[in-house]
Amino acid sequence: MSSLSTQHATFTIDRKFDAPLAWVYAAFATEAGKSRWFGGGEKWQPIERRFDFRVGGHEYVKGRWMEGEQKGALTVFDALYLEILPEQRIIYTYDMQHDGRHLSISLATLEFAAAGAATELRLTEQGAFLDGYDDAGGRERGTRELMGRLAASLG
Amino acid sequence: MQTDSLSATFSALADPTRRAILARLASGEASVQELAEPFDISLPAVSRHLKVLEHAGLISRGRHAQWRPCRIEAEPLRTAQDWIAERRAAWEQNFDRLASYLAETACASEGEKP
Repeated sequence: MSSLSTQHATFTIDRKFDAPLAWVYAAFATEAGKSRWFGGGEKWQPIERRFDFRVGGHEYVKGRWMEGEQKGALTVFDALYLEILPEQRIIYTYDMQHDGRHLSISLATLEFAAAGAATELRLTEQGAFLDGYDDAGGRERGTRELMGRLAASLG
Repeated sequence: MQTDSLSATFSALADPTRRAILARLASGEASVQELAEPFDISLPAVSRHLKVLEHAGLISRGRHAQWRPCRIEAEPLRTAQDWIAERRAAWEQNFDRLASYLAETACASEGEKP
C-alpha cells in the first residue's frame, strides 16, 4: 500500500502562568500535580498512570478516547526523563501510540523562569512524526484535506 | 523521506496540469491514457508530469507491466505542519487545564489564610 514516512518538526510554546514558580514546577514534578491537568481532556479517560520523576525514570499514561471521532481508541504516552534541574529545566523524550500504532517520538524541553509573582514557561518540542496515522480512514480524511487544500490553492 | 520533501511537494503542485491530474485521481485510480484525455498534450508530456508527481510522493503507480494505474497519495501533504498543529493544540489544551488548576490552588491557599 504505502511506504513508511517520517516527518521532522520542531515548535515552541511560551506561556505565562499567574502562579509562583514553585507551584508551576510542582505541577510537572509531582504525580498529584501532574495528574490534575496532563491528559486528553474531557473526552479522554485515563486507564493507567505511572510517574517515576527522576533522571532515567519513566512517566507512562495510558488512556482511551470516550467520545468523538476517535472514540474507543487507546492512547499511550511513554516518557523517559533525561534531565531534571528543579525549578529550571526538565528534558524528556516521549513516544505516542494510538491503538498500537506509533505516531511520534519527541524530545521535549521545559524551561521555567520566575517573572515577579508569575512564572514563564517555554516548551520546545522536536520530533519525528511517523506513519502511524496512515490507516484507511486516515487516508480518506487525508485525501479530503488534500482536495480542500488544492481547492484553496486554485482559488 | 527527507525534511525537504516539502519542497518537492510544493514544486510539484506549482503547475495547473499536475493539480488537475491530482484532482482527477482524488476520485479514483486512472491510467495514463485516461489522465491524458482532458488535456491537449501528448502522452509523453503527461508521463513527465506523472513522474514529477510520483517523485514528490503525491501519487503512486501500479506495478503491472501493461496497465500502471496512478493513485493519489495524500501523505506528503499531511506535512510536518499538521503534526505541529496537533501537538501544539494538545499542549495548549493541557496548559489551559494547568492554568485552571493553578488558579484553584491559589484560591484554596487564599482560603487557608487566617
